[in-house]
Amino acid sequence: MSGQVEITLTVNGETVRRTVEPRLNLVDFVREELGLTGAHAGCEQGACGACSLRVDGKVVRGCLMFAVQVDGADVETIEGLAQSGRADDLIAAFKRHNSLQCGFCTPGMLLTADELLNTVSGSSRAEIRDFISGNYCRCTGYQAIVDAIEDVQAKRGG
Amino acid sequence: MKPSPFEYVKARSMDDVFNTLERHGDGAKILAGGQSLVPAMNLRMALPEVLIDINGLSDLGTIELDGDILRIGALARHAEVGDSALVASHAPLLAEAVPYIAHRGIRNRGTFGGSLATADPASELPACALALAANINLASRQEKRTVAATDFFKDIYETAIMENELLVSVEIPVKREGERFGFLEFMRRRGDYATAGLAAYASFDGDRVESMRLAFFGIGATAVLAPKTAEAFIGRTIDQATIDNAVPKLNDELEILSDVHTSADVKRHLTSVLMTRVLSGMVQI
Amino acid sequence: MRSKMFRQSGVAEGMDGRIDRLEKRPGLIGSDVQRRDVDRLLRGRGSYVDDIKLARMVHVHFLRSPYAHARIVSIQTEEAKKAPGVVRIVTGNELAEVITPWVGVLGHMASMKSAEQSSLAIDKVCWQGEPVAAIVAESRAQAEDAAELIEVDYDPLPVVADKANALDADSPVIHEQLGDNLCYERKENVGDVDKAFQEAHAVVEEVFDIGRHTAVTLEPRSILADFNPGDRKLTVHLSSQVPHMMQYLFAKHLGLPEADVRVRVPDMGGGFGLKIHIYGDEMATAALSMMLERPVKHIADRTESFVSDTHARDHQVRARLAVDADGRFMAWEVDDLCGAGAYSVYPRGSVNESKQVLNLTGGPYATENYRGRARVVFQNKPMLGQYRAVGHPIVCSVTEGMVDRAAHALGLDPADIRRRNFIPEDAYPYKRPAGPVLERLSQHASLEKLLSMMDYPSLRDEQSRLREKNVYRGIGLASYIEMSNPSSATYGVGGAPITSQDGCVVRLNAQGSVTCAVGVTEIGQGARTMIGQIVATVLGVGMEDVTVLLGDTEVTPYGGGNWGSRGAGISGEAAYLAAGSLRENLLSAAGVLLQCDPAKLRLEGKAVVDEDSGEARMTIAELAYTVYFRSDLFPKSFQPELVASRHYAQKALDGVATNGIQGSYLEVDIDTGFVSLLGHWLVHDCGTVINPAIVNEQLRGAVVQGIGGALGEECLYSSEGQLMNGTLAEYLVPMAAEMPDIEIALISTPTETSSLGAKGAAEAGAAGAPAAIMNAINDAIQPLGGRVAAQPFTPERILRALNKIGG
Repeated sequence: MSGQVEITLTVNGETVRRTVEPRLNLVDFVREELGLTGAHAGCEQGACGACSLRVDGKVVRGCLMFAVQVDGADVETIEGLAQSGRADDLIAAFKRHNSLQCGFCTPGMLLTADELLNTVSGSSRAEIRDFISGNYCRCTGYQAIVDAIEDVQAKRGG
Repeated sequence: MKPSPFEYVKARSMDDVFNTLERHGDGAKILAGGQSLVPAMNLRMALPEVLIDINGLSDLGTIELDGDILRIGALARHAEVGDSALVASHAPLLAEAVPYIAHRGIRNRGTFGGSLATADPASELPACALALAANINLASRQEKRTVAATDFFKDIYETAIMENELLVSVEIPVKREGERFGFLEFMRRRGDYATAGLAAYASFDGDRVESMRLAFFGIGATAVLAPKTAEAFIGRTIDQATIDNAVPKLNDELEILSDVHTSADVKRHLTSVLMTRVLSGMVQI
Repeated sequence: MRSKMFRQSGVAEGMDGRIDRLEKRPGLIGSDVQRRDVDRLLRGRGSYVDDIKLARMVHVHFLRSPYAHARIVSIQTEEAKKAPGVVRIVTGNELAEVITPWVGVLGHMASMKSAEQSSLAIDKVCWQGEPVAAIVAESRAQAEDAAELIEVDYDPLPVVADKANALDADSPVIHEQLGDNLCYERKENVGDVDKAFQEAHAVVEEVFDIGRHTAVTLEPRSILADFNPGDRKLTVHLSSQVPHMMQYLFAKHLGLPEADVRVRVPDMGGGFGLKIHIYGDEMATAALSMMLERPVKHIADRTESFVSDTHARDHQVRARLAVDADGRFMAWEVDDLCGAGAYSVYPRGSVNESKQVLNLTGGPYATENYRGRARVVFQNKPMLGQYRAVGHPIVCSVTEGMVDRAAHALGLDPADIRRRNFIPEDAYPYKRPAGPVLERLSQHASLEKLLSMMDYPSLRDEQSRLREKNVYRGIGLASYIEMSNPSSATYGVGGAPITSQDGCVVRLNAQGSVTCAVGVTEIGQGARTMIGQIVATVLGVGMEDVTVLLGDTEVTPYGGGNWGSRGAGISGEAAYLAAGSLRENLLSAAGVLLQCDPAKLRLEGKAVVDEDSGEARMTIAELAYTVYFRSDLFPKSFQPELVASRHYAQKALDGVATNGIQGSYLEVDIDTGFVSLLGHWLVHDCGTVINPAIVNEQLRGAVVQGIGGALGEECLYSSEGQLMNGTLAEYLVPMAAEMPDIEIALISTPTETSSLGAKGAAEAGAAGAPAAIMNAINDAIQPLGGRVAAQPFTPERILRALNKIGG
């Protein structure tokens, strides 16, 4: 295969070294190469947010980056976030408020909510809805998700 | 869909960029934020042979004040522009417009230069560039040149960037005393492409308009100014009468195209609502 | 008493203590038990079909027709076969040798006709997106590369792109052998409609349009077919709501013995009715696995989902309503034209929405004079299938739209005209003129509850105050009936292998835990938890003690899966009866060991308890241990049975009706036509509520889906049958920023058709939301002379209704 590229990066705190085809996108990379199937490909257009991942501390669309671009970068997936314990209160709130049904949007939704809680404080319900406006959920109608985020924000003193 | 195969070049210098552009011509595409390019590649509507990743050229990502110019590097992310104190002070129109751009995850990667270079007719920043009378700095191996925003947007997805050129930065005159800005976008859902939008600039002498730029987007092949309509306000105050007077001029002046959801005559109607609301908001009618 | 158990506000009023009477003490039924199966999903450890990798697995990609109607002249695959990574390329002809064709008609719908359909197109394509070739390669990307090298020579044919023209004399006929494009027609005429219209004080008329929708499950259609050449068994990992139906049909059309086909549903990312149909590409994937003797995976990507998933809705309904001077409805007349796709979908048929339109229009109201016609026509578009609330959103939009029209014509308050016309409380069971028997509804109570929740008078006040400031807000009510717990009248009698029964097997394990297997599927709606609550309640154990197995044809009793709001009412009933039967067995064994009458024992707190004293005589773990390891302690003639099964089919009625009402409060920007949703309320009666929190979330999700259809969703086609908005940027599904908070109250009128008394709640939200929004928009703009009746209510449609365009 022409143009295979070697990349070295950290994923959920672990060093990963792989050789990849340039056109392999980041969400396919974490799913297929690393077996981290928490992130999902919902549209490959950047519209639905199911592929959301964290790259160098910022939430991105995993379908709109190529694996070759994260050479030297720090990537976090939902598996890493959950294992880190940093979002235990958020995960518990999602469970308590029934903020998921089929769970397919949930990893992307949690990463986005985590970024909200870490970057902004005192968001109103409307502002929370704005922040998650790029994460499609067909099951919940969003209200329970907003409830959970609002609950965690309050408890964290935001 | 998966993209068709391509070669990947991680540019470590501007030379890398120019070498690759020259070698591959229009078979090479610049990968900056990728938030417009990669969706097209994922539909196999864009088929680059080579992607030149310029994200490592960190010099291109700065936002700096240079005298009375605010210079925004091509690689400045939308999120950075939106959060920048310099932008908030010196180009508040941008601070107002950035939250309308797509969604959080996209703003974390998408770039200022990339948005202008893509020139999607329903996107926010080309209209802001027109309203701000921005100057766009392009570089090739041979020369650097500057193109005024009014000369930059040629047609749908088509700009003045030549085959061997890279957009490197955008320069915006800083906000001065007596200048006001307004921004309004009508969209079906938060972050959607605009059904119709307006980025507006006016400078005042007292309550009389000295100059005005009305940049509409989401209504035609490119973001467009409505200079004849704007001219109707020169020397006058902004009030219900001058706005009402300007509406027929606007209807005459703008060429409007339908899109899949909204027909041209409805968009035309919306442009006068935009003008009314934005200008009224500027002077708190 | 019961209120102690609830942690949220979803308490159902009027829970008549049915479960208390049956169970003699409160259990988990009726409480907001948290779902335990979500921990994996929250941590990214779910296992959806695409997460599964098997040895030697390959991927299939389908080349799809770019034309809506064309003859296939030739397909050249030689170049493509040489592309890197390609394993096999097949066309429709080759697959026809291993897959038998099908026709999506139901025998009990007399005039229904459709053409024979094969998995991939042969000879001609009938919709943009119909698959014409299958490319199997080591990766999806390689298969797509190879697809570009396939040359298909098409000879385009004239297109039927609009249902309005499909029956014109000069319209192209899609399937010549059928003679015309009519799939189905049905007429009803009850009472004396003409007399009623002649004598009416007022007659209101309207033409309602409902756009074509698509489900947009976030997880697209996904299949991993694994044919093992060693034992010649086919295992299909499938994102499906109906594994048993799929097992039956894979076996039938692939020529495999039923015993050699297993369908397994892992975690599933949304169904909504999309995943209950036969798709040619999925059947082809299974066949390819057999042909290649290795696992073959197909994950529909978003682009192809838009042109290959079943669609829904696509109706135009002309309606008339005759009203007397007191605002009483005298007669209803409806004429429904539904635009199906190129074939009637198999095996459920594409006519169920129209069936519901005729069955239920005018539903909540007592009227004896009714005339209706429904026609379903073929178009060169993707097939029309079942999608959440099947037909009920059309019924409700038409009915409730006409009711508001009548209210306006007579100067009556919309709540008041409904009160006057609801089926009287003492008239149940009530036979609809052309539809089902309605068992017992709580329409009056629901209306009053809704008005109180909304604070209706103060919303009206606010509305009139703001109107004086040129701010136009509207209040819209929508009362609905939603059928649930379907009997075999829907499909079985028509010859479709779709079961309306369900079974449950329950087993006590050696340490006192319980395993049950049941025919419902978990599609994210909380089925596992709901079944667990029922079984735990009956056996007196905790949720943590109960394992619920579902979604695997090798493991569960033959079941109907998920559709038609049947989970609690039918699967739940089977679980309730099975657990009850196991309880009898346990108490019988305990009675022998304890030498007492089993009637004096009950199961509670993981123990066998004396009914009179409340004393725990032995733990359930001790009972299990004794049964399994100490058979010597039982008399020779006594064989304890620690497994029990029961099946249940609802046979009393064609379906069990539920009712509810929704209210919408919104603001219309009359200069832009944009609508802001300020509030939404819903009251629903689903009888016995197993888990109020789960029910509330089902209702909310469904309301938002309904809002999608009301304000944004519509598949837009060119005159050549090309889909023009097939991306998530342009097909406007609801996102978080525009949605309101939705306040819900539950009322409980248990059904008498079952022991549990549970009725459905999964779809009702989608039934009433579009009507509530339409009525609210019209309420807002009618002072300006505006009116809308075509969904979605886009800014353009609202501006045109307000005469703001083309001055």
